[in-house]
Amino acid sequence: MSSLNEALWVLLLGSLLGLELIGKVPPTLHTPLMSGANAISGITVLASLTLIAQAQGNPGMLILGAVSLGFALFNVIGGFLVTDRMLAMFSRKKSGARR
Amino acid sequence: MSGLALFGYLIDLLAVLLLALGLKGLSKVRSARSANGLAALAMGLAVVGLLIQLAPSPVAWLWIAVGTAGGGLLGLITARRVPMTSMPETVALFNGCGGMASLLVAIAVALYNSAESDMVALVSIVISVFVGSITFSGSIVAMGKLQGWIDTPGWTQSQVRHGVNIAIAVAALVGAFALPGDPAGSSLWLLVVASSLLGIGVTLPIGGADMPVVISLLNSYSGVAAAAAGFVVGSQLLIVAGAMVGAAGLILTQVMCDGMNRSLVSVLFGGALGGSAPVGGGGDEAGYSRIVSCSPEECAMALESAERVVFVPGYGLAVAQAQHALRELAKMLEANGSEVSYAIHPVAGRMPGHMNVLLAEADVPYEQLLEMDTINPEFPRTDVVIVLGANDVVNPDAKNDPNSPLYGMPVLEVDGARQVFVVKRSMGAGYAGIKNALFELPQTAMVFGDAKAVLQGLCSELRSQGVGKGA
Repeated sequence: MSSLNEALWVLLLGSLLGLELIGKVPPTLHTPLMSGANAISGITVLASLTLIAQAQGNPGMLILGAVSLGFALFNVIGGFLVTDRMLAMFSRKKSGARR
Repeated sequence: MSGLALFGYLIDLLAVLLLALGLKGLSKVRSARSANGLAALAMGLAVVGLLIQLAPSPVAWLWIAVGTAGGGLLGLITARRVPMTSMPETVALFNGCGGMASLLVAIAVALYNSAESDMVALVSIVISVFVGSITFSGSIVAMGKLQGWIDTPGWTQSQVRHGVNIAIAVAALVGAFALPGDPAGSSLWLLVVASSLLGIGVTLPIGGADMPVVISLLNSYSGVAAAAAGFVVGSQLLIVAGAMVGAAGLILTQVMCDGMNRSLVSVLFGGALGGSAPVGGGGDEAGYSRIVSCSPEECAMALESAERVVFVPGYGLAVAQAQHALRELAKMLEANGSEVSYAIHPVAGRMPGHMNVLLAEADVPYEQLLEMDTINPEFPRTDVVIVLGANDVVNPDAKNDPNSPLYGMPVLEVDGARQVFVVKRSMGAGYAGIKNALFELPQTAMVFGDAKAVLQGLCSELRSQGVGKGA
């Protein structure tokens, strides 16, 4: 009972935090920001890991857990690396310009 | 034991803090890259913290290793290999997989663990399955459309689609209400199939120009799906991170809509703008009465004597991979004494920021990229504007013609320049599928051809005239 109450508060405050964090974004950063936020949404890895760890030998849960872990990690690792690739080009350009 | 729990708690809190700081930092140019690293660090921390708390059995470790190796390697390879031009599709693909992960977690719990689930968990399963399926199928369709694998079928532009989508939605609703009574039964599969179809049905009618908005929205959905999965497995960290991404994605979607002067509702339910026009076929040449086309040679002559040149890149530049050729031409012009800059419309290309990424790849100096508000007052004192595969973002009708569907959209006012060259493959319409009054203006000339070929032609033409040799 109280855990649901807590979880709903967490949901509410998390949403408000998200609304506040992104205020003004220069258009340059729209794509990297989307990509970065997308990588963060791969946080489902935590759910996949929990599923596998609590499967207690149930093969169906192990398989589904491993597959979902794969999908989530694809999202996380690919997402962060691709974002970094995009942003690396901006920063190189800026430092190059100052020379 | 409680020491371990406390430790896990602290790690979770630290991870949330770092994720929030990462997301915040990603919205500023200077801090963006380190912020991305910070968010990645937070994610790693959260995973390690969770693994310490869960203490998985050896069998579980084996399966974790399998999943990690598969997904991690594929992610690594994809991120390394994918060309910068197909960034939007890649984000869509990653996003779809995130949705799929939440969906699979919910399915697994529904199938094997529903006996222990209370009503809250069951409702969370419904939401997770519903949103996860839509995110996955919608993202895959969005990717297919951006890649050009999927066309917009004719029926999706008629009113029929609303009927079809409503029918699918009703089916999904039936599954959603039946699921808590029978979590592992047919209602689960009804919900999965109907939600997936709904994702396809809603995304398919949307035109290529609006795809960035759709991807951003689907990104927000995958956050919601993650939060729902957090309720399913009882993880507060997942709930807070999912909610954060969901809300931030919504804001970003709104920002993008504002940039295109479109409302989210009209993007989602309005169908493709001018979608009845033939796609890509180069269609309505008859609509234009006064078109002057010119050769690269003539264009080169104008460039040679220009003091101030502005390039307006668009999706055509990205398709032709012409950013390096463009940079080469710009270098020659600079060596010849011209002042060169690039006008970046916020939604040029397939995704906001697309052009910045592309030009940065070709080593274009950051400060030569000028945003719309900066460059617009400069056009009247510009000698030559070269529009490279951009169309709707330079359409003067957006400010002059109240009847135009684009009316009110902020555009680059290139019609103020002395001379405008439009490099374009054909007279085909842009994404919005409407006529561009710019093409008929007396100072405008069309240079037909692939952007890369035309730019290379200009370079060799200038070289043969001895321009830019002193570099």
